[in-house]
Amino acid sequence: MKGWVERQQSRAAWAFLSPALLLLGLFFFLPVVAGLALSVTDFDIYAIGDFSTVRFVGLRNYVQAFTNPVFGTALRNTFYFVLVGGPLSVFTSLGAALLVNAPLVRFRTFFRTVFFAPVVTTLVAVAIVWRYLYHPSYGLLNLALGKVGIHPIDWLGDPHWAMPSLILLAVWKNFGYNMLIFLAGLQSIPEELYEASRLDGATAAGRFRHITLPSLGPTFLFVAVMTMIGHFQLFAEPYVMTQGGPLKSTTSVVLLMYQEGFKWWRLGMASAFAFILFMIMLAATWIQMRLQRAEAS
Amino acid sequence: MRLSKGLGALALGAMLAAGSGCARGPAPGRVELRFWAMGREGEVVQELVADFEKLHPGIHVRVQQIPWSAAHEKLLTGHVGGSTPDISQLGNTWIAEFSALNAVEPLGPWLERSSDCNPDSFFAGIFDTNRLEGVVYGVPWYVDTRLLFYRRDLLGEAGYASMPTNWKDWREAMRAIKRRVGPKRFAIFLPANEPTQAEILGLQAGSTLLKDHDSRGAFQDPPFRRAFDFYIGLFREGLAPPVGNSEIANVYQEFAKGTFAMYITGPWNLGQFHDQLPADLQGKWATAALPGPEGPEGGVSLAGGSSLVMFRGSKHKAEAWQLIEYLSQPEQQLRFYHLSGDLPARREAWRDTALSADPRFRSFGVQLGRAVSTPKIPEWENVIAKIQDQAESVIRGAASTDSALAALDREVNVLLEKRRWLLERRRLSGQPVAEAKR
Repeated sequence: MKGWVERQQSRAAWAFLSPALLLLGLFFFLPVVAGLALSVTDFDIYAIGDFSTVRFVGLRNYVQAFTNPVFGTALRNTFYFVLVGGPLSVFTSLGAALLVNAPLVRFRTFFRTVFFAPVVTTLVAVAIVWRYLYHPSYGLLNLALGKVGIHPIDWLGDPHWAMPSLILLAVWKNFGYNMLIFLAGLQSIPEELYEASRLDGATAAGRFRHITLPSLGPTFLFVAVMTMIGHFQLFAEPYVMTQGGPLKSTTSVVLLMYQEGFKWWRLGMASAFAFILFMIMLAATWIQMRLQRAEAS
Repeated sequence: MRLSKGLGALALGAMLAAGSGCARGPAPGRVELRFWAMGREGEVVQELVADFEKLHPGIHVRVQQIPWSAAHEKLLTGHVGGSTPDISQLGNTWIAEFSALNAVEPLGPWLERSSDCNPDSFFAGIFDTNRLEGVVYGVPWYVDTRLLFYRRDLLGEAGYASMPTNWKDWREAMRAIKRRVGPKRFAIFLPANEPTQAEILGLQAGSTLLKDHDSRGAFQDPPFRRAFDFYIGLFREGLAPPVGNSEIANVYQEFAKGTFAMYITGPWNLGQFHDQLPADLQGKWATAALPGPEGPEGGVSLAGGSSLVMFRGSKHKAEAWQLIEYLSQPEQQLRFYHLSGDLPARREAWRDTALSADPRFRSFGVQLGRAVSTPKIPEWENVIAKIQDQAESVIRGAASTDSALAALDREVNVLLEKRRWLLERRRLSGQPVAEAKR
């Protein structure tokens, strides 16, 4: 009879799981498979009009992506944003979390709220303010630089400065979220550890190096991976601030994908872009996990 | 993943559209026409539509106003979801795309039967943008073209009583202005982030921009090359600042300050210049039709604007045509101009003193007579974006003219591969391929 019970149990389990599985299949797996299928066709505006014009093109979209200089630029820009913006964002968050968590700081809740505020505001509204800050002749930033004798910088108009400007904006906009996660990590470190180390005569730097950092390990991994994935998907910042310009210096892979897919309706090519980015993100995540695991052991 | 979101949005859009379609039916015995119009036009057309309904008590027109930024996507998703309106405003560079989608109704038979709406009564270049391989898909509603706005005082001080009409004299005038205004100010502003100027000069030099039935780029061919050299020369000589719109920030302020004396732009700026420039400058600015390579006849410009189209899926085509006809009447076109500032597409309307008395408007009338259409293919806007990318990199000194034009042809040829395949398929199936006519 035990077999019958087990069968009934597993049947019940499937019954409970099926709505979730159905939704997941319908709205996640099916679109991904459809996207993969699209990426080996030349589905475009002609195909929407007349389905018989769709051709199977094998890997041509992928080959064209890699020979397309704009895609190369977009890849470089995206990596720039990930490699410079990502660590900057993580360390800013960590710094802010340490500050807010420091026992000497007053008005902690106030700072926590202030630092978190940019995360919950919409980027479109924030972008308007930042465009003013970055304005070459009337902007606050250049005004401040002028006071110390530095020539005005065309933040968003100069191809060399546009990406750093977006990184600054992105760090400011997002560091509050990771700060909260770091804060939770910091608060879960038992106070006894610090007490004991103080009794043993450890310095503040030593306590940070040997207690805080190792205890934050899992938090760090989580934050780093999530930040990296988020940064690979750079889209809204260039979309609202620069439209990918000047000279494509802020065109990210996702922005290019959006333009290809929803501006020019070359959905086959856009899907290929999506899968290339997906593979890159997968690989980067895997490398990061391996590195952190190697360090931990 | 982006794509799945897009498909989801598509499906959702279709569902919503279908839902709203059956929620509110017309009153019994009355035909309901659904009319999509964009931006400001969608707002002001309500007034004209109200009078149309009085004339045709059996028809109720439901105008849906769509912001320009969402218009293209909404029309496409509407088509995919089978919820297109009966009639819509359509930017005339979109017509090729929607006819490729098989979404819009050929209007030839309707035009033939019409007593009032006659192709000859429109600006020829503008009407032509609606004609693809001999088939008419839209009726011009209002028109748009680009010409020169300039500071008469600065041109006068440089020794020119009026705007020159050929490239050589035009450039001489710019040099004369530049000599007077010094290194910090310029003769002309040609926004580095706009493809329009390169496009217009190319057309003026006789380039077709594309060749072989619009299936390959013609950017390295002599006509375009000549125009491009002229264009880039203006930057290299320091006559035009190598900057984009965002770096100029406020065009009206800089124009008032004399940072530049000329600016190629469109009719919407007639109102803007009037409102934004200080009072003491109002007598000092003028408009002029563009100079041509050899003389005024060659000074062509873009045939822009919006048309009215009927969708294939419409169940009330006769009524939709009545509305198109009504909005095309010269009186209605003129009323629409007074409401919106959009220039009328019917030439009869230009006899009205509101337009013919003001020399700034008269220049537009002249320029519209020389408006020509760009290649009418669905990929055109994508081609334009590529022209802009390459032109900008030459202007900003990141590439040479040779390599930029070669890259432009190469990229455009990759882009148009599908078109070549479609043409080949048609040829093999025995269908004639009409010669592209501009």
